[in-house]
Amino acid sequence: MKKLLTLSLLGLAVAAASSAQARDYDNVRIGVDVPYEPMEFRTAEGELTGFDIDLGNELCDRMGVTCEWVEQAWDGIIPGLMSRNYDAIMSSMTINEERRAQVLFSDPYITMPSAWFAASDLGISEATKETLEGMTIGVQRGTLQDNYVTDNFSDVAEISRYSTADDMVLDMAAERLDIVFLDFPIGQSTLLESDEAEYVVVGERISEPKEYFGDGFGIAFRQRDEALAEKFNEALAEVQEDGTYDEIYARYFGEEDAE
Amino acid sequence: MIDLQGYGPRLIEGAGVTIQLAVLSLILAIILGLLTATAKMSRNWFLRRTATVYTTLIRGVPDLVLMMLLFFGGQIGVNAISDMLYYNYDIDIYINFNAFAAGVLTIGFIFGAYMGETFRGAFMAVDNGQIEAGKAYGMSSSLVFRRIRFPQMMRHALPGLSNNWMVLLKTTALVSVIGLTDMVRVAAEASRATHEPFTFLIPVAVAYLLIASVSEWIFARLQKRYDIGFGGQ
Amino acid sequence: MLDISTWFNDLLAGNTIFTADTLGYYWEGLVTTTQLVFLSLVAGLIIAVPLAIMRSSKHKWISLPIYFYTYVFRGTPLLIQLYIIYYGVVFIDGIQDTFLWPVLREAFYPALIAFTLNTAAYTTEIFRGAIKATAQGEIEAARAYGMSPRLMMRRIILPSAFRRALPAYGNEVIFMLHASAIASVVTLMDLTGAARFVYARYYAPFEAFLFVAAIYLCLTFAILFFFRYLEKKLLAHLNP
Repeated sequence: MKKLLTLSLLGLAVAAASSAQARDYDNVRIGVDVPYEPMEFRTAEGELTGFDIDLGNELCDRMGVTCEWVEQAWDGIIPGLMSRNYDAIMSSMTINEERRAQVLFSDPYITMPSAWFAASDLGISEATKETLEGMTIGVQRGTLQDNYVTDNFSDVAEISRYSTADDMVLDMAAERLDIVFLDFPIGQSTLLESDEAEYVVVGERISEPKEYFGDGFGIAFRQRDEALAEKFNEALAEVQEDGTYDEIYARYFGEEDAE
Repeated sequence: MIDLQGYGPRLIEGAGVTIQLAVLSLILAIILGLLTATAKMSRNWFLRRTATVYTTLIRGVPDLVLMMLLFFGGQIGVNAISDMLYYNYDIDIYINFNAFAAGVLTIGFIFGAYMGETFRGAFMAVDNGQIEAGKAYGMSSSLVFRRIRFPQMMRHALPGLSNNWMVLLKTTALVSVIGLTDMVRVAAEASRATHEPFTFLIPVAVAYLLIASVSEWIFARLQKRYDIGFGGQ
Repeated sequence: MLDISTWFNDLLAGNTIFTADTLGYYWEGLVTTTQLVFLSLVAGLIIAVPLAIMRSSKHKWISLPIYFYTYVFRGTPLLIQLYIIYYGVVFIDGIQDTFLWPVLREAFYPALIAFTLNTAAYTTEIFRGAIKATAQGEIEAARAYGMSPRLMMRRIILPSAFRRALPAYGNEVIFMLHASAIASVVTLMDLTGAARFVYARYYAPFEAFLFVAAIYLCLTFAILFFFRYLEKKLLAHLNP
């Protein structure tokens, strides 16, 4: 009986510490929430691609390290970083105060406004408390769009929170949602370019107030990994200087309005 | 045949994850269940209490909530320890609490509680006289356990075990919610991307039925084996 | 008079997670969970009784289809059933234009349908077991009194089967409560949905999930005691 006990305890310990090892950064693992077209998504063959992926791989090349992408659902992405499932997050993460308290950010590498998207026959030209009254709004859970909508519209409209942007698009197609609030490029590639239905942007693209919409997307690290963040910042500056950045940008967003 | 639109290989991979997850969790659950049953029958007041609290708490809370608590919270707990080591002693280790390990631990932990009840009942059903006879033969208590208690207990435990396994198998579907790529997650992802939910969800449902039927058959054979000498009830 | 709201605000002061707002989410979650579980159990029960009688039929062509239904719904994860119903209804051609759509549009009703079909399958099997276990003597006595099969079912078999099924049905109720946690997967803000929201917003897994676990635990105990009480009342005649 005792033997059995010791043995099983041992087994438990091994299972818990599925790998315990010291870190070095020849190999950087980057957490990413897929799909989030065109920032990060899989082709039908299962290949990981997107703006973040291409830029991330380029940065790793510059730093002379190998990069490994680790998939993680959005609502567990910061805890996953903390628990060293990966060493960085590069997944359209907006830099804001709430997150700064948790993680260390690189310099912003792209700025993305948010926008309201709806079927063209919804018939409103602007999203306000009055026009959205009684509607069902879709957001991705735990995003800054979620925070913004929750704080500003939860008293007049119903809010449906989704784990992935794809879920939301599907419910948009199903007409379960009246309107969604998304990062602009995501809505552009998933809704505006959809051939199933006609969608439009409602009102202006939104990037104010800063307390919600932050300072652009950044790569997140654990607070203590300052050296790693510094390496990424240097590589980022280099890529932006020599035009590689613009090349990658054009690949996903076209030539126009590079900010 | 159904056109899986290129998702076929990933679905099969997902099925592999489901089965591995289920089998490993089952093993962990059996170990925990044996420990719990032993603790519940022990003379030690503290062990008995701990085991009772464990089984009551686990069985009072939804699997999904426990899974999220252990998966999201477990990581932070583990981090707190490794951060403490780093800042105070400059020891830099990390414990990789990956989604798969978290899944196995959670499901094993949950079903350990259910197994504990199954095993306790089964142990109590073993005739005490047999154990005394074993002792009279001069067997050590571990030998008594291995040769007498365990094989006889299994006979009584198998129906409950099989039942728990069926529930456990279905519970593995929940790991898709915390981000593990099992077959449910692949199917859900594919349905969203292609807007054809039936094409992917129904084959996955059939796969579950298939696994359940195969395991039913295996359990029936096991039962036959452990029933040897009992007139094959 | 003791001012409860002041006391409450004092209690919450300095607490960044459990503000009145988040507690409001938990409260709404509790309401949604309760509605969902209660309604699906009632509907499931209503469906299960005739199904259990049919399932006990000697005619294969009556009992087999029911067996197929319970086998499928008990053999596959509820999550898949929920996905199929939630995403599936959408792709029925023209459903958006029918009178059903305002109902199916909400996440609540697809979830309710999935839960109902699921619990009905389990309950059917529980009742069937109980019907099968009716003492032969009771049936013979009823026959001797010249009862028709219909009357016998109503007066003799069902009442005693219900009592026998009570403990197993109590477990099914608890199982349903726990299974309802997956409603949050299809955007419903049930108890678990509220916890996920609080977790995602504040990155506070322990607070968010331990709190909700405690609520579920209380609900479980409440159900447990309710069924103990029922058993005590209804099964009193079986005690020595």
